[in-house]
Amino acid sequence: MAKIMAGVGCSHVPAIGVAMDTGITHEEYWAPVFEGFKKSREWMKKQNPDVIFLVYNDHCTAFDARCIPTFALGCGAEFQPADEGWGPRPVPVVKNHQKMASHIAQSLVLNEFDITIMNEMEVDHGLTVPLSVMFGDIKQNGEWPALVIPLCVNVVQYPAPTGNRCYKLGKAIRRAIESYEEDLNVVIFGTGGMSHQLQYKRAGLINSDWDKRFLDLMTEDPVGASQITHLEYLRETGSEGIEMVMWLIMRGALNENVTEVHRHYHVPASNTAVGHIILENNA
Amino acid sequence: MTEKEYDKIPGTIVFDADKSREGYHLNQFCISLRLQKNRDTFNENEEAYLDAYPMSKEQREAVLKREWNLLLELGGNIYYTSKLAANDGINFQNLAGRMTGMGVDSYREMMLKGGRSIEGNRDKSEWGED
Repeated sequence: MAKIMAGVGCSHVPAIGVAMDTGITHEEYWAPVFEGFKKSREWMKKQNPDVIFLVYNDHCTAFDARCIPTFALGCGAEFQPADEGWGPRPVPVVKNHQKMASHIAQSLVLNEFDITIMNEMEVDHGLTVPLSVMFGDIKQNGEWPALVIPLCVNVVQYPAPTGNRCYKLGKAIRRAIESYEEDLNVVIFGTGGMSHQLQYKRAGLINSDWDKRFLDLMTEDPVGASQITHLEYLRETGSEGIEMVMWLIMRGALNENVTEVHRHYHVPASNTAVGHIILENNA
Repeated sequence: MTEKEYDKIPGTIVFDADKSREGYHLNQFCISLRLQKNRDTFNENEEAYLDAYPMSKEQREAVLKREWNLLLELGGNIYYTSKLAANDGINFQNLAGRMTGMGVDSYREMMLKGGRSIEGNRDKSEWGED
């Protein structure tokens, strides 16, 4: 049977992708951001997942205002990196485990999570930046070392799904994955955050104390974290900090007790606090 | 209109259903610039390109004048307006430098020093606003 071995929380700042794509990660500004992913890349090699279930949000790229699904599961065979207005990232096409994705879609709906099924979808930095920081540079004509099942969450138009709903969805995803009969090693990613506000006069807001507490809660008290209100996210972590509800999907798919094997926090990457955590399911 | 719980947060526009309704055509215009062929057509003749999008006069003017904050006030969302900014060669950080009125350099400097503190930035009363 397939098994979720671990969860990864990770910011997905577009500028991090640009830094990797233009080869400036060693520069003074970027070096401390990437330093914190050295251990993660070694961990990924050791973990060697067959499938990554990757929770992210689209930034008005694949989805325009015509259609705004709260939860959309990528079920197509592959996903092309999208042009977000400055050209597509030079990274490999993302390949799905299509059969497993359709199994998850069925299981979720039967468990009363009525997700949207996407058979055609481009993917933006929200999905490809976490893959890049965790795997390192991979040439465009190469291959990502794992298959990827994308779950795209609306966090652009208020309201995003509640933290509580996300946490419960994580549990349903785990049931779906672990009822799939192939022996597969699965790692789940929750991406986005941490505190940041990209827009209007309060842009640039960073709340490090809050972010660090959130990382603590990820390890020690996920149920507590699932009760954080939208108002608190918006006020305390900036209008775009609400992306952190996506970490709760990842966390819901893990055991209540986990081992934190790595953590990284750095300000700034562009407008954003970079947060990262690796949690392993206790045997 | 009844007050929303997030209306008290200063310097912040929450992109909710009301904003989304108001900004629909503006945002659809912005996202069209995601593709190079559309960027080329737009850059050739902005006015003619905008004719295809039935947005309000105010929104249209704000696009032509690149009034970034006004675009958000009129229902634009940052992930859409950032496509217009990208067309102009302005990235997210430089766009924020403009929207905050700080300018690109002081904004970048603030971020390097840890960003804008949450202290004094939770409630409109702290900004001397209602």
